[in-house]
Amino acid sequence: MSVAERMGFFTDTSICIGCKACEVACKEWNAIPTDGLDLLGMSFDNTGQLDANTWRHVAFVEQTHDGDLRWLMSSDVCKHCTHAACLDVCPTGSLFRTEFGTVVVQEDICNGCGYCVPACPYGVIDQRQGDGRAWKCTMCYDRIRAGGDGGRAGSGGGLMPACATACPTESIQYGPLDELRDRAARRLEQLHGEGVAQARLYGHDPADGVGGDGAFFLLLDDPEVYGLPPDPVVTTRDLPAMWRRAGLAALAMAAAVVASFVGGSS
Amino acid sequence: MAECHPVGFQWVMEAKRRGATVIHIDPRFTRTSALADTYVPIRAGTDIAFLGGVVNYILGNELDFREYVLAYTNAATIVDESYQDTEDLDGLFSGFDPEKGVYDPGSWQYAGHAPDSGDTDADRETARPLRHESHGPPIPAGTERDETLRHPRCVYQILKRHFARYTPEMVERVCGVPREKFLEVCQAWTRNSGRERTSALVYSVGWTQHTVGVQYIRTGAIIQLLLGNVGRPGGGVLALRGHASIQGSTDIPTLFNLLPGYLPMPHHAQHASFSDWVAAIRHPGQKGFWADARAYAVSLLKAYWGDAATAENDYCYGHLPRMTGDHGTYQTVLNMVDGKVKGYFLLGQNPAVGSAHGRAQRLGMANLDWLVVRDLYLVESATFWKDGPEVATGELVPEECRTEVFFLPAASHVEKEGSFTQTQRLLQWREKAVDPPGDCRSELWFVYHLGRIIRQKLAASTLPRDRAVLDLAWDYPVSGQHDEPSATAVLREINGFEVASGEPVSGYTALKDDGSTACGCWIYSGVFAGGVNQAARRRPGAEQSWVAAEWGWAWPMNRRLLYNRASADPSGRPWSPRKAYVWWDAGKGRWTGHDVPDFEADKDPSYRPPLGATGVAAIAGDDPFVMQSDGKGWLYVPTGLIDGPLPTHYEPAESPVANPLYRQQSNPARKTYPRPDNPLDPISAVFPYVFTVSRLTEHHTAGGMSRHLEYLSELQPEMFIEVSPELAAERGLSHLDWAHVVTARAVVEARVMVTDRLTPLRVAGRTIHQIWLPYHWGGAGLSVGDSANDLFGIVLDPNVLIQESKVGTCDLRPGRRPTGPELRRYVDGYLRRAGLRKG
Repeated sequence: MSVAERMGFFTDTSICIGCKACEVACKEWNAIPTDGLDLLGMSFDNTGQLDANTWRHVAFVEQTHDGDLRWLMSSDVCKHCTHAACLDVCPTGSLFRTEFGTVVVQEDICNGCGYCVPACPYGVIDQRQGDGRAWKCTMCYDRIRAGGDGGRAGSGGGLMPACATACPTESIQYGPLDELRDRAARRLEQLHGEGVAQARLYGHDPADGVGGDGAFFLLLDDPEVYGLPPDPVVTTRDLPAMWRRAGLAALAMAAAVVASFVGGSS
Repeated sequence: MAECHPVGFQWVMEAKRRGATVIHIDPRFTRTSALADTYVPIRAGTDIAFLGGVVNYILGNELDFREYVLAYTNAATIVDESYQDTEDLDGLFSGFDPEKGVYDPGSWQYAGHAPDSGDTDADRETARPLRHESHGPPIPAGTERDETLRHPRCVYQILKRHFARYTPEMVERVCGVPREKFLEVCQAWTRNSGRERTSALVYSVGWTQHTVGVQYIRTGAIIQLLLGNVGRPGGGVLALRGHASIQGSTDIPTLFNLLPGYLPMPHHAQHASFSDWVAAIRHPGQKGFWADARAYAVSLLKAYWGDAATAENDYCYGHLPRMTGDHGTYQTVLNMVDGKVKGYFLLGQNPAVGSAHGRAQRLGMANLDWLVVRDLYLVESATFWKDGPEVATGELVPEECRTEVFFLPAASHVEKEGSFTQTQRLLQWREKAVDPPGDCRSELWFVYHLGRIIRQKLAASTLPRDRAVLDLAWDYPVSGQHDEPSATAVLREINGFEVASGEPVSGYTALKDDGSTACGCWIYSGVFAGGVNQAARRRPGAEQSWVAAEWGWAWPMNRRLLYNRASADPSGRPWSPRKAYVWWDAGKGRWTGHDVPDFEADKDPSYRPPLGATGVAAIAGDDPFVMQSDGKGWLYVPTGLIDGPLPTHYEPAESPVANPLYRQQSNPARKTYPRPDNPLDPISAVFPYVFTVSRLTEHHTAGGMSRHLEYLSELQPEMFIEVSPELAAERGLSHLDWAHVVTARAVVEARVMVTDRLTPLRVAGRTIHQIWLPYHWGGAGLSVGDSANDLFGIVLDPNVLIQESKVGTCDLRPGRRPTGPELRRYVDGYLRRAGLRKG
């Protein structure tokens, strides 16, 4: 497999208008079942959260400060972490990292063990009821592979992911992650210049607990407000150390056993 | 706009990114408000008071763009001395006949002009002002002017007096908008207008759905003219249409009183002969492009009746149907209820859910011989007879319903070719992506073959009444296994062609009045210029100028911005380099610029018409409003409107508030249909709350295109009622509990959404609560619920006969509504308590 440039999503929630075109485009392209018809009463959000049947999810947050109303809207998605715990724990190799640096479940290999579900620090990946397999955003792997160049603008090949294609305000931007990070930094600077002090980036930093996200965000409030963990850490972060410790313990034990035999024979 | 036009809203976001200030005024905080810089909550139905306040602010502080106003509007024109204002007559203009509820507009004329001798009754019944969507009404040549604007009867001074009481304090009292918030809007709007800057006023069609809808838009136009925001880039009054090609359906109309290109449908008395009809369009001595109306009219008749249309038979003018009165959709529905209508076609329309007074709509449709419904799914208008709300109440018995319903499945927009005309008058061609499934067919297929079969059946007829059908030029090429007619051929006919050669004409100036040209819609002439489908052009934006003249085609003559002569000063120079758009190139002796100039290309700015000139020659070189009969933008409308020359604040037909400005409560000229099945609430304590309805992004109008789709239905799965926390407390409602809304017509139930996005307003010293409901739901589809439009009665704007379906009065109660026969008794109880029914 040849390695292409790492591709990602930059979701600029400051220009999201909550139209949910991303949710519909995602379901149409990926042929995802509905979550059912439930009036949730969570503002205009009636799909509730990212799950096996919702791979893009628009949160609506109504806030009142000193009589002033603010209505935040934000389209959430799988973060395609640099250090992806779901991938680490998958025993079948169903979850894999693509040539674009994204993380994808292969539906014909997944055996439905569900280890990936608690491993995700964002609560994204989920097993589908009555199916058992794990499902989540693929960053439209089939679309971005078409043409083989990840759908870079102007390159003539490949398709953008369905959500980014449908987004009318370019709140969802798709492209090489490095370019997106630059663009996001400039946008943040612009917003700060306009006095939007609360604007901040989320998931952009390679030094964070998951090594940075392949899908990162510009938020207008604390991550918790949008239902995002403030300081996500890859759940398998401590595994190597744990294995090292366990290995050392095992070695020590073995040495003790050997020593006891050696000692016994002396 | 973000709610209903999310794709168009991307450009608002782009403007905002470039530094634009976005102000949103709405009774309810919507997704648009969420992205706006300033949100202003307002009491539904009080927009003229708000905008009139802006006019007063502009005039009181002399913030108008004086050079523009003086040269390009009728501000300096003197009005007849017999004119009396609503300020003089406590809410009435001069000429009102209280018996008939009709104005005689004679006293509204410009000084020295003889009053129009028109038949005001017939004008009113046939909504004559609708003709003026593309052009002003005719007035005699020559006007008296005072360039100093000091004459007490000049339009400027009349306007100033008319709006003098629309102060920030009054705006606060009427609209419930705090004066500081109101002044913030005034300051932003005026600061961003003038020589260097322009502001755009954008409205959605809910704005028109009021008994004073036309005057709402007039008030907006007055502000934009005063600030110099018309005919200039970044300015304008922009109407966002309710769905695709609604602009197209007025240009080539589905309206009873218009023919294509805003030619009037003949009235039996007003237009008895062909020459009467043509004279009524072009009017003797008419200035501007309508002087050539005979060519447009003859060419239209040639397109309809081809070889049968000759000079000898007045081009088959006798074949055109004649109006005899009000044939509007609401009169027709009431006629259906009364058993006067036999058959009804619904093409992609779902009045059982989408139209005001749903019960009257359904009971009317249940009283026909036949009903044809063409839609994508079995919508409520096709199934009301077996599962509608009146079946539940026992008013309709399916076994006894006399209407035979024919449901014909329709092809969707991706399953047929054709053009859409959007709000900028831009025609965009659409290819067919896939064949329609099963028996689904396009409208073009349906209408063409229906006509073909009717003509076959009538072929042997010798009855004179059948000649109109038999003489039609009904010969479109067909192809494919279903004989699909060619939409391209139809567009060619709309463009117009030379009869002898069949060659497309280049534009409407090539149309002749001698029968040698045929043209289906004169304003669209040019869309097939050079034999090329100009609407199908898709040159990418990056490969052309920012005006993008080679994307689709705009009427007239591919002009992207109407009246763009106004983007240059009277001498033809751009008002400022920043706002340059079209200008006079003195060296070449031509108008030039970024767009197609909306002016005679070689008319020098210094041109002055000779005495007695008519037609285009009567338009001076500095008169940009070439479709107005005096070449000016009209701040004051001397003729052409039914309900007054100036906008005036009237309360909605149903309002809990007494008009704070005048003794006259509501628009005195509003069109009413007083009958027991259409009760309207006068001010009463029984219906204490204001309600308004609108749309959600996730659904489309009456739901026919969205509630049958699971991906859209799950996003907004059921009907709901939005109320403020204060109102919820007052009525004992909890979030997500059931509640019901009662009006003089109906009761609908839904679950409650308690949200800060609705806020009580202080109006005339008391608290007014507003309730909001989406109107998408009905009984058919995956997602079902009660229909909010059932709550409205039938009362119309007199100018264009559009219904007031954005504001009314109601009660709100916790719990579910009654069911079965008890439901009507419940509503009747309200009517008795409100004094609307005896016993």
